[in-house]
Amino acid sequence: MNPSASPASAQEAKAHPARIEYVLRLGDSALILAQRLAEWCGHGPMLEEDIALTNVSLDLVGQARLLLAHAGQLEAQGRDEDALAFMRDEGAFRNWTIVELPNGDGRHDDYAFTIVRNLMVAALMVPWWTALAQSSDTTLAAIGAKSVKEAQAHLRHASQWTVRFGDGTEVSHARAQAALDRLWPYANEWWQTDMVEEQAAQSGIGPAPADLRSAWTATMQAVLAEATLKCPAASGFVSQGKHGQHSEHLGYVLAEMQSLARKHPGATW
Amino acid sequence: MSGVTDPLLDQVRALAGAVPDPEIPVVTLSDLGILRSVTREHEQIVVTLTPTYTGCPATEVIRGDVQLALTQAGLRDVQVRLTLSPPWTTDWISSEGRTKLRDYGIAPPGRTVHAPQAQRVAFVSREQWRSGAIPKQADATERRAPAEELACPRCGASQVECVSEYGSTPCKALYRCLRCREPFDYFKPY
Repeated sequence: MNPSASPASAQEAKAHPARIEYVLRLGDSALILAQRLAEWCGHGPMLEEDIALTNVSLDLVGQARLLLAHAGQLEAQGRDEDALAFMRDEGAFRNWTIVELPNGDGRHDDYAFTIVRNLMVAALMVPWWTALAQSSDTTLAAIGAKSVKEAQAHLRHASQWTVRFGDGTEVSHARAQAALDRLWPYANEWWQTDMVEEQAAQSGIGPAPADLRSAWTATMQAVLAEATLKCPAASGFVSQGKHGQHSEHLGYVLAEMQSLARKHPGATW
Repeated sequence: MSGVTDPLLDQVRALAGAVPDPEIPVVTLSDLGILRSVTREHEQIVVTLTPTYTGCPATEVIRGDVQLALTQAGLRDVQVRLTLSPPWTTDWISSEGRTKLRDYGIAPPGRTVHAPQAQRVAFVSREQWRSGAIPKQADATERRAPAEELACPRCGASQVECVSEYGSTPCKALYRCLRCREPFDYFKPY
């Protein structure tokens, strides 16, 4: 749908599989978080927040479209952004596990959980997009320079609400802390560098998220301190979403997201 | 790219630039600064636009509107392209566009603090990434929206408060004037 950016060069047509994986991780993570946030549409705790979350979701869909279109060009197998978003099964998705978790405990939506997750992701994406703006892959560089502005707004939004919750009432503080305690171990997935990220970092495509850990930690500590929330202790749990091993939740997300496109392939409106 | 003016390209530029924004029809593509270039490639005319927000639904509409405006003027062999780089910024909105926005009831955006630069380097070492030595586009910890030059579009008062950072479209925030008490949209610096 969106040709955008720069056309694939001959060199890009033979892109290394690791580079495609790297782009897919970013694209799938943006897409799945966008889908989770879209679930708040019409259910937000107040009208302004309903609009805010759907706007954040819209930004993420935009980023996902650019990234998946790029991944499709890199793999050069004729798959466009729609084919990648709607026609792959969960084992082929490369998003981090944190973004596929339900917006609460699975039975009740929880705004504190939604906001703290957005904070953790945006605190990583601001330095990540900033670094990608210098990528040797010119399409990724263009996407990075554009998306960093959006991620900054997402970070601002999530930070303000985290502070409001943490430094708010006893109930809001307890719920924000509980959300943070549950979500914190999922960050470990970012700090375990594998060959895909190693190669991207070595070749100047983009940083391994572990390279951004100190920037992420500094942002998180500043926000949590203002929010009077406690930084959870380190844990050994490492989720494996970026390797295609997902929680039980992703299948349901995909079922809702993909069913229409699969039932009516090529439908337009 | 030569200095010689091409009347046809000038005509296309005027036609495409005059297309109204589908969401805020008082301003044109030229006012918004999203019409990047009009060039000739072989015998084809290429109009290049830059999207505002990555997820802005108006982008596809704008593209169609430009194609339609040119077709109606009898220009058939025209290609409309989108380019991401350099990324669009609200700093490209013309002063005429800002006046039109204000008259329409939308407070125009203040200048962005960190104007994005399309800097290109072939390679960045891991040490540079780790240390954050690469050029920063903005301070990651900056969490307040810049509110410079922000005034109520109705009464001109600068005493305003933010109701919500997200408004009716991705590009606008919702504000309220503390003097005349009227709510208004603010086009966010981006």
